This record gives sequence, C-alpha cells and structure tokens, in this order.
Amino acid sequence: MKRKHRRLLAVTVGLGLLALATVLVLNALSNSGALAFFATPTDLAEKPPSPDRRIRLGGLVETGSVERASDGRSLDFRITDGKSTVRVTYDIANGPVPDLFREGQGVVVEGKLQSGGIFRADTLLAKHDERYMPPEVAEALKRTGHWQGEHPPAGQAKP
Amino acid sequence: MIAELGHFALALALMLALVQSVAPLIGAQRGHPGLMTLGGGTAIAQFALVALAFAALAHAYVISDFSLATVAENSHSTKPLLYKITGVWGNHEGSMVLWVLILTLFGAAVAWFGTSLPPDLRARVLAVQGMIGTAFLAFILFTSNPFLRLSPAPLDGQGMNPVLQDIGLAIHPPFLYLGYVGFSVAFSFAVAALIEGRVDAAWARWVRPWTLAAWCALTIGIALGSWWAYYTLGWGGWWYWDPVENASFMPWLVGTALLHSAIVVEKRDALKTWTILLAILTFALSLIGTFLVRSGVLTSVHAFAVDPARGAFILVLLAVAIGGPLILYAIRAPSFQGGGIFAPISREGALILNNLLLTVAASTVFFGTLWPLFLDAMGAGKLSVGFPFFNWTFVPLMVPLLLAIPLGPLLGWKRGDLLSAMQRLLVAAGAALAVEVVVTTLVSPEKTLAAAGLALAAWIGVGSLAEWAERVQLLRVPLRTMLVRARHLPRSAYGMTLAHLGVAITVAGIAASAWEQERIEIMHPGESLAIAGYEARLDKVEPVQGPNYSADRATFTVTRDGALVATMRPERRLFTVQRMPTTFTAIHSDLLSDFYVVLGDSDGKGGWTVRIYQKPLVPWIWLGCMAMALGGLVSLSDRRWRVGAAVRSRRAAAAAPGD
Repeated sequence: MKRKHRRLLAVTVGLGLLALATVLVLNALSNSGALAFFATPTDLAEKPPSPDRRIRLGGLVETGSVERASDGRSLDFRITDGKSTVRVTYDIANGPVPDLFREGQGVVVEGKLQSGGIFRADTLLAKHDERYMPPEVAEALKRTGHWQGEHPPAGQAKP
Repeated sequence: MIAELGHFALALALMLALVQSVAPLIGAQRGHPGLMTLGGGTAIAQFALVALAFAALAHAYVISDFSLATVAENSHSTKPLLYKITGVWGNHEGSMVLWVLILTLFGAAVAWFGTSLPPDLRARVLAVQGMIGTAFLAFILFTSNPFLRLSPAPLDGQGMNPVLQDIGLAIHPPFLYLGYVGFSVAFSFAVAALIEGRVDAAWARWVRPWTLAAWCALTIGIALGSWWAYYTLGWGGWWYWDPVENASFMPWLVGTALLHSAIVVEKRDALKTWTILLAILTFALSLIGTFLVRSGVLTSVHAFAVDPARGAFILVLLAVAIGGPLILYAIRAPSFQGGGIFAPISREGALILNNLLLTVAASTVFFGTLWPLFLDAMGAGKLSVGFPFFNWTFVPLMVPLLLAIPLGPLLGWKRGDLLSAMQRLLVAAGAALAVEVVVTTLVSPEKTLAAAGLALAAWIGVGSLAEWAERVQLLRVPLRTMLVRARHLPRSAYGMTLAHLGVAITVAGIAASAWEQERIEIMHPGESLAIAGYEARLDKVEPVQGPNYSADRATFTVTRDGALVATMRPERRLFTVQRMPTTFTAIHSDLLSDFYVVLGDSDGKGGWTVRIYQKPLVPWIWLGCMAMALGGLVSLSDRRWRVGAAVRSRRAAAAAPGD
C-alpha cells in the first residue's frame, strides 16, 4: 500500500470516528436526561417548562418549610427567590441529603416540574462551604433584588 | 522577612527564566556553545530559587504567619501540622507555586540528565521550558502573589475547608501536577523538534521516558482523586464526570495516545508529525486543566471576570502557549519526512486506531465540559451537562478501544496477520464467553450490560497474558527454556502487559458496580440491618472530640453468618472554626468488595439516618489504576532508557545510514 493511500485511509477512519462521535454527542444532547437548564422559581412561575425537560432549580431553602417523611425516605421543602416559591420533593434514594443542606441557605436541585406544580428532584446540591452561594443562585437573587451581598473577607489584602 | 526572601527568590527566578528562554535559543541558532550551555545552569538555578520560595511559603504556613494573606485565608492555628503543610497547595496562589516548582524540577532534570543530548536540541528544549517558566512566574508575581502581606494581620486564620483536610486529597494535587507538568517536557521536545525541523527515532527515545513518567503520575493522581471522592463525600460514587475530574481526564486520554504513538516513532520512524501534535495537545489540555480548576471559571464565568487581570492573563497565556506551537506546527510539519510504510492491518495500524479513538473520546469529553462555559460566556443561557451525556458518548467510543487492546500487540509491525492474531486469542475469547455465560445464567440474567463488561474485562486480561505467553512460548518449550525467555523479555514488555492487565482490572471493577446493594434506614442503637448477606448492628452513637472538630461517632458491628466481619465507626464531624458538618465514612474492604457505612442526620428522637452499601469489586477500580501506573514504572526501568542509551543508538544510526 502506498503512503498516499495509507494516509487517505487513516484520514478516512479518523473522519468516520469524528462523525460517529458527533452522532453520539447529538444523540446524547437530544436526550432530556443529559442537559439541565438553569431556572429560578420566578422563571418556573412565569413560564412553566414541559414536564419532560430537565431543570436545574436554584434559590434559598425557605425557612420553616423543610419536612422529612416519617420513614426518612423523602424530603419536602420550598425553594424561594423572594418573589416566587416552588414546592420540591426529593427522594433520598437518589443520594444522601448533603451536610450543608439547611433552611435559609442556598441550594440547587435538579429534576423535573410535575404537572401539579411540584418539583420532583433527583439531585440535591448544597456546596461544601457555608460562605459559598451557588453562583446561579446568587445571580438569580440579585435579579429579584433579594441579594444581601457577600460577607466581606476577614482582612483586606494590601501589597 | 522570610516571606520577603521568598518573594525576592521568585522574582529572581523570573529573571533567570527570561534569560533561559532567549539565550540558549540564540545560541542554538548561531551555533554559539557558550550561549547554549547557559540553558543548563539557569534551569538548575531557577529550580533552586523556586524551591527556596516554596520553602518560605511552607514556613509561613507552619508557623501560622497570618500577616500573609494566603495563610490568613486558608489556614488556622489549630489545624494539624500535616494539613498546615499540605494547605500550602490547597489554594490558588500556593498551588501555582507548587506548579512552577515541579516545572523547574523537570527543567533541572532535563539539564541534569540531558548532558548526552545533542547540545542544540538540549538548548532548544531548555529554552522552551524557560518560556513556560517565564509565563507562570509572571502570572504568579503579577496576579496571584502568595507573599502578599495583610495589615493589620488578623489574630487567627479563616481555616481550611474541612473536606480538604484529608490525606488522600493532600497528596492528590502533587501527583496531578507531576503529571500535568511532566507533559511540558514532551511539549518542549516537540517544539524544539519543530524549530530544528528534525525528528528521528532517538528523539522519540528521549521523549518516551518523560511522557511515561508524567503519565504514571497523572494516573496515580486521578485515581487518588477518585478514591478521595469515594470515601470522603459519602455518596458511594467514585466518578461524577464533574468538570474538575474531566479537566484531569482529558490530558490523561491524549497523553495515553501520545505514549502509544511515540512507540511508533521510536520503532518504525513513522507518525512523527502526529506525535508532535499529540505532545502539543497533551500539554495544552494540561494547561487548560490547571486553569479550569484554579481560575474559578468552573464555578462561574462571572467569578472568572471578578479578577479581570487574572482572567486576561490566563486567556493570553493559553492563546500563546497553544496557538504559537500550533502555528509553528502548521508551518513546519509538512516538511517532515514520512517514515516506514505499513499496511492498515499492522501494529502501526492498531496504534493509529488507538490514537484516533482516544483523541475522539477526549474531544467528546472536552465538548461536554466546555460547552456550558462557552454558552454562558456568550450569554446564551445557563445549562449543565450531566453524566448521562458522558456515558452515552464516551462509553461507546471506549468499547472498540478496549476490544482491540489484546489484538494490537499480537499484530506484527509493517504487516500483521489478523487471522493468526485471532487464533492466538482463542483462549481469551473462551474466557470472555465463559464469564458471560456464567454471569448471565447463574448470577443475574437481567444485568446483560454488566455481564458484557465483565466478559470484556476477561477478554482484555486473558488476552494480555496470552501475548506474554506467546512471547515466552509457554507450554510449547521446556520449562527451563521458557524461564530463560521470560527473563530476557525486555522490561517494557512486562510494563505493557501489567498496564493492560490494569485496564482489565479497572473495567471489571466498573462493571461489577451494577451488583452493588444499598440500604437507607433510620436506625436506633441496638437495631440491626441486613444487606447482601451481612448484618450490621448499630451498637451506640457517642460524642467524640477531634483536634479541630467535634463529632458523633457510631459503632457498628458487622457480622456475616454469625461471624464477626468488622467493627466500623463512621462519624459525623462538625469543624469548629467553619461551623461546617462533614461525614466521615467507615469502609471495610477485603479487596473483593467494600462494606461502606455512612452516618447521616439524627432525627432528634434517638434515631439516625444510616446509609449502608455493599459494593462488590469496587476496590479493583483503583487497584487497576495502580497496576497501570506500576506498568508504566516497570517500563520506565527498561535499560534502553538509561542515561546515555539514546546517544549510543543515535551514533549507531549515524554509522549505519542504510539501515
């Protein structure tokens, strides 16, 4: 086999694999489980998404809203951005409740909005830092005017 | 005072790096020996200076000098000494200093061990190393100075994130950086070859050991990170396709491809330009990986913009470091002479297939990791790409690669015989079939995919051993002859077998996760819970006091058929400085399975949420990674790569040009 043919073959195989990868990527993207779109409670109230669209919902855990089922299998609470609230139910078979999940703290959940207006979450994220506010949440709260600002660091750096 | 000394040492190192990036290059161009040798001295001196700066920073952490901003923000006087030291690289500034320390260490090693290199190649390699050093030292000094003073100094620091106070995570970044930065040597050799316009087998012989060393370190680093996530986060998972994980996985994938293509350059003098491109891409992905994790761009594109100087510096650095060599490549690569000719079915062909699959797989990971960042930066909305995306794109591309692992080494160079290779793999095929049949009929008929995964592992494992058996003529010659053959097999052959066995072990560990069992219950002291034939009894929950945390510690007695298996003590810790709770999982491993116990919240009425997993074969995931890294190290000890071996072979090649 001549060098030119060999190179042609390698390029063909390479392009074929790239095409295959593109098909795989597009196929994966079109599946609703792979992508999650960020939304705030207000977004959900104004424009309810279709029930099969995966949503990443961020806000604050409303104080006094957390209820644990008596068998410890699910967790119900409300997420608020100051303007609207959404009822969330989380089945803990999907993973343990993060250590930092607390009332009044920022939280991000992933799942789908059921037709009854209840958000069924299968992922619950509260970051491992109590000063930390999930960036999407911080931004959403800023938009609705409920942002209190970050805690200033202990000392201001000086050169 | 010591901190100022460290600061000064960094500045001095920057000046030396500037000299190192220019002088040897001019020397090599003009054939000026004095300028060329300047590269070696500056590289070693630069390492000494950066080591001094690093020591000064570590000193500040150890004595808890809270007048330094990084120490005040990331350390605390009550922190155990070990974590004061490892805390040096637990933050942006310190980790950058560690990065440069390792970079200059590699530069000094090239200067030290590279005395047998042709002087012009050595000078150019060191000059490129110097340029990377210049960029990073300038980045540290101008945007992320670790020696910034605070006035007034706070009385105590803000403490370190408790999740990071863990030995697994403490040693994870140095290994990761050894890997990332180790690829800089391959990168420098590639750029030097582009400047020189010449690549030969001896060049590959120099590049391979450096790539191999970096690859081993990166393998260990990724495995440590995954293991840390497994035992510390309490979720029972070990890989999340998280952007931080992907950032280290992409250079590993392309680095693995580089490792294999360098073999073709060395043995067959082919694939030269492709190997150079891979060397550039591997280091480019290492740079992107470093900055993805360290710049804050992952938590938010906007956090990245909070510090515009840092963000702009990173973007310019990436553009120059990746764009420059690629432009040089576009200009120079077409002039390289193609090497040995080979048929598509040959070992070269198999290695090309390996390379294509690995790079295409890496590109899908790249897309999934960076696409959300790109959309966000364009203002097109926020979205996240979850693990299903990666499972549906990455796994289908890996399957043909894994299937081909035993075949490649059995194909001959230049022209291979697929049929006879297949015949020699009959035993492996039989083993895979046996595993498939046994698992689907006897164990669990419904888990077809997982059974196929185990069969794949058997195919790779037995197939890799079959190649070794072929080389030593197992059972075909008398035992004594076989042993002599086994002893004379080069170490690199053993390295390959071991690394491929490691792949098989990891694949088996991943596939077996389909059989894991999990139970979550609210338990009261005295109650028992049965899972997978084991019985776990919660004896008591008691408060305990750690050095910088207080905790609730549960005691579980785990039995199987009445016999004691283990006494396990998971904790729920509350770190006093940060007021932050963390879980401390208890894991009992017998290397065939893990028993994993997590203590959750108290329900306030004497009950505790308890989560227990029984995970068959899960330790194999990391054991396999260790076997891969060990294979790399065994290969590294091959005599061909001892100091001076390369120069002899280059002389031999020059003496026999018609070879």
